[in-house]
Amino acid sequence: MSLIKARGVVKKFGSITAVNGVDLDVNEGECFGLLGPNGAGKTSLVRLIIAASPITEGTIWVDGKDITKMPRQIKANLGVVPQEENLDPDLTVLENLLVFSRYFDIPKKEARQRALSNLQFFELQERQKAKIDELSGGMKRRLLIARALMSRPKLLILDEPTVGLDPQTRHLVWQKLVALKGQGVTLLLCTQNMEEAWRLCDRLAIMNDGKIVALGTPRELLARYGSTLIIEARPRYEEKKAAVTAKLTQHGFQWQEIEGMLYIYQGDSQVLDEELRNELVITSQHAPTLEDVFLRLTRRSLRE
Amino acid sequence: MRTPSYRSLRVWQRNRDVFFKLWRTEVPGFFAEPLFILLAMGVGLGTYVALSDNTDYLEFIAPGIVAAYAMFSASAECTYGSFVRMKFQRTFDAIIATPLNMEDVVAGEIFWGATRSLLTSVAILIVIAAFGLVNSWWALIVLPIAVLSGLMFSSIALFFTSLAPSIYSFNYYFTLFITPMFFFSGVFFPLDAFSPTVRRLCRVSPLTPAADLTRALVSGQPGEGSWWGLAIILGLIVIFFPLALIMMRRRLLK
Repeated sequence: MSLIKARGVVKKFGSITAVNGVDLDVNEGECFGLLGPNGAGKTSLVRLIIAASPITEGTIWVDGKDITKMPRQIKANLGVVPQEENLDPDLTVLENLLVFSRYFDIPKKEARQRALSNLQFFELQERQKAKIDELSGGMKRRLLIARALMSRPKLLILDEPTVGLDPQTRHLVWQKLVALKGQGVTLLLCTQNMEEAWRLCDRLAIMNDGKIVALGTPRELLARYGSTLIIEARPRYEEKKAAVTAKLTQHGFQWQEIEGMLYIYQGDSQVLDEELRNELVITSQHAPTLEDVFLRLTRRSLRE
Repeated sequence: MRTPSYRSLRVWQRNRDVFFKLWRTEVPGFFAEPLFILLAMGVGLGTYVALSDNTDYLEFIAPGIVAAYAMFSASAECTYGSFVRMKFQRTFDAIIATPLNMEDVVAGEIFWGATRSLLTSVAILIVIAAFGLVNSWWALIVLPIAVLSGLMFSSIALFFTSLAPSIYSFNYYFTLFITPMFFFSGVFFPLDAFSPTVRRLCRVSPLTPAADLTRALVSGQPGEGSWWGLAIILGLIVIFFPLALIMMRRRLLK
């Protein structure tokens, strides 16, 4: 069953269309990744799902409930880890969790137990009396996740949860997210970190200009858009560029030109022949990664 | 318009907890200033002032100070306080990701602002009672009046906050709205000092009915049309409370 179901979702801010007709199904128990460059519409879409922003067109159901009709019931079962830290700086670490649990009407005693166990889970138990500005960036991020889990939500939505963290903390967060998934929590993860998407996500949607441009498991996406080898090259003679690219197309290569650099996607049975090799200065070649898929599908918007 | 629920109490509790945690930094300011004014104006300046009905000047201004500082508390809380929580601390964002909606948050802020008015009034009332300036048990009615006046000033303040582009905008709110009210609402002198036109202008100030009513209650002579003030206060709550809810939703939920 899909825990999040979106149909024909459009979000406009005045004349700007941030989300432009999105259909989405996130299954119960999976980790679903939403990838896209800045301004692709990921955060706007997430804000619609958590009912923090009115929808322009279309419908979103979370756990079978329409978000415009039952926002309170939906939010009661939802944990949100925002991109911008919004911990309560007037309160200590532990108080943050306790005050937050009051918003969910969790009884005091139960709240305390959950708070202490969440702090333990995120290795923050020794900082429970600390003020928020005494915490490092990584601790704040862990506390944000711990806070989102106070209501024991079915669905945890994370907007770039590891951006700006050192590798140790990033790995710790990943490990905890995997553990949460193991406990049956459904994860919706917005990210620009390809390693994160590759490691954590069962399925991915790549967004660009408010639309989902590709959807599948990380492996499927790699197979579909990654080709077998990616060659970065520039024409040996600038004046012959048009002829070279024409020849590439003629030979059945897929290629893109970005800032004077040619990215040639070499398929399974393809090889660059001697003639083409002589026309090109190859600067690097590598096996495709998710990052290449991402760049290939979203490149145009980066140039705008 | 969506209506707030009992959950606005959660926001009130959050603000209460923070206030009592940090009261050492907040409370002295709200105590010291009204005391200084009572001393300087009431005792000092008052020596040279003779009111037409022979009331002692200190006795005249004390209830006015109660009403004025109830206004200041609610206004500061729902302008600077709310704006910091909304914009810099993003506390509202965090709260609306829980079962609370924007109306719960805004109502909770207004209720807390009203509570600040009540706390301030209680404190100053105790001080002026110690000076022997409270003449009647009617003075206890000042407390519900302080809550209502707090609801009124909090609603007006939060309405302004919903429109304020930056925290510096509140300078205008205080210098062009709150401070003139402080001086021209019958806190320091009876409004008969002015010509009828100016007097009518002073009557527009929402502090005027609050100060009149508080004075009537503290002196033990309510009646004489003082209760009309209650109608004005209630009327302004009915207008500005929903307006604050609507405008905050507009500002924050885009």
